[in-house]
Amino acid sequence: MTSASSGRSLWVRHQTLEKNSILLLIGILIAISFGGLVEVLPLFYLKSTIEKVDGVRPYSPLELTGFNIYVREGCYLCHSQMIRPLRDEVERYGHYSLAAESMYDHPFQWGSKRNGPDLARVGGKYSDDWHRDHLRNPRAVVPASIMPGYPWLEKTPLDPTHVAEHMSTLALTGVPYTKEMIDNAVADFWAQGGSDEASPDLLKRYPKAIARDAGGDKQQLTEADALIAYLQRLGTQVDFKLYDDKANIR
Amino acid sequence: MSTDTKGGAPVDAHSGTVTTGHEWDGIRELNTPLPRWWLYTFYACIVWAIGYWVVYPAWPLLSGYTHGVAGWQSRNAVVEDIAALKALRAPMNDKIAKASLSEIEKTPELLSFARAQGSAAFAINCAPCHGSGGQGAYGYPNLNADRWIWGGTLEEIKTTITHGARSADDPATHLSAMPGFGRDGLLDAKQISNVADYVRTLSGGKPEAGADLAAGKKLFADNCSACHGPEGKGNKDVGAPNLTTSVWLYGPAKADIVKRVNVGGGGVMPAWGAKLDEGTIKSLTVFVHSLGGGQ
Repeated sequence: MTSASSGRSLWVRHQTLEKNSILLLIGILIAISFGGLVEVLPLFYLKSTIEKVDGVRPYSPLELTGFNIYVREGCYLCHSQMIRPLRDEVERYGHYSLAAESMYDHPFQWGSKRNGPDLARVGGKYSDDWHRDHLRNPRAVVPASIMPGYPWLEKTPLDPTHVAEHMSTLALTGVPYTKEMIDNAVADFWAQGGSDEASPDLLKRYPKAIARDAGGDKQQLTEADALIAYLQRLGTQVDFKLYDDKANIR
Repeated sequence: MSTDTKGGAPVDAHSGTVTTGHEWDGIRELNTPLPRWWLYTFYACIVWAIGYWVVYPAWPLLSGYTHGVAGWQSRNAVVEDIAALKALRAPMNDKIAKASLSEIEKTPELLSFARAQGSAAFAINCAPCHGSGGQGAYGYPNLNADRWIWGGTLEEIKTTITHGARSADDPATHLSAMPGFGRDGLLDAKQISNVADYVRTLSGGKPEAGADLAAGKKLFADNCSACHGPEGKGNKDVGAPNLTTSVWLYGPAKADIVKRVNVGGGGVMPAWGAKLDEGTIKSLTVFVHSLGGGQ
């Protein structure tokens, strides 16, 4: 050792880190955690992270069941739910996504791949029948589609037994499900999927919920029905005629 | 070869490069300097980053973040971009929005713009159901044929695009739907079979051997003619298709007809009035009207 700096200079002290792999590992972890601390942590305490918007409500039991199927089938691997504030995206898909619109999604479905189109505002764009045809065999309605078919969804009956438990679990994470909602989960499930007319109770608990007699003559709701109820609700909660772009610049 | 001995550090005899002075078991570490171009680029990036922090939104704070002196916001930027796009289209789009549909048809300048704009809007919004060329599919009407469920004049097409058919979120939508004669117990299986045989003959199809066409005709007159007309020529006011042509929404086979008589209903078309602006809807109307079947 013939270093010009003698004694405990910073350089010499750094050698201690370099020669001790555990210390070096801890040092690296501290250094790279700054990225997370600066980019992620503030989103948890800044009030402006999720803007205040009227109309966003938790999923109804049937929609929540559909959400779970969406997650199970990995739809997020090819479909994003995040319209970025860029001209071409707004032109194609509609108003850019707001954080508030996905605040009750656990886990969120923003995605980062767009093998298929963005689905953040797909609600109301197609008919239920179209979705049914498309889920069974996408090529039947979109000849150039590369999406796989999901024909088993319309053959798999739904069982709402555990939907109330799932709602209680989400309530723990901060989704505002009331006791009334959880107690009536199964009734609301059938009210939305088994009748063409939304009952006043259902609409009181879940404003704008669209009821449809998806069971129809077969008297049985399937996974496709729940998934379609979820898809038809996507991006329809906020009334953008009343939404003030300027008020939410933050 | 450098013979620099800056800082009194020894020089490696073999390569002539200065060493760091570190030595492990006789192995010493060369202290080759970084290329100058790389080093200066690195410093420039640091300076750029500091400038970026000052100009653009950057650092989170306790109750907000640094906004940057330029006042740039992605949400403002997109509003400006969209406004610029609208301004670009405005000269023509505003004229189209104000003009009546027949005026657009008569003015070549407006007509060519409206068709181009309508074609683009069709590809995004309509093609998934009606097909990229408007050819339709099972359950989705063919827009090229001169057969219209809800009417094929410019005004009728515009009404259908604006309000949709059986669309849950538009009170002015086309509402009427066919009853499910089998599902609702209005006709039994034998009667449905008879009426399906009769309906096939309306468009020149061959009935099954041994079909009771007289019974089918009677059933048709009693149950179907109120909407589809006594001769099966349809009624646009209630969206009852013409049954005497070779254009079939749900297929011409007997099984297709039996199924439709059984469950009734009808397709759902979303209402586009709340999603698209007036100019775009008029452009779509003109485009769809031009597809081949406009009346």
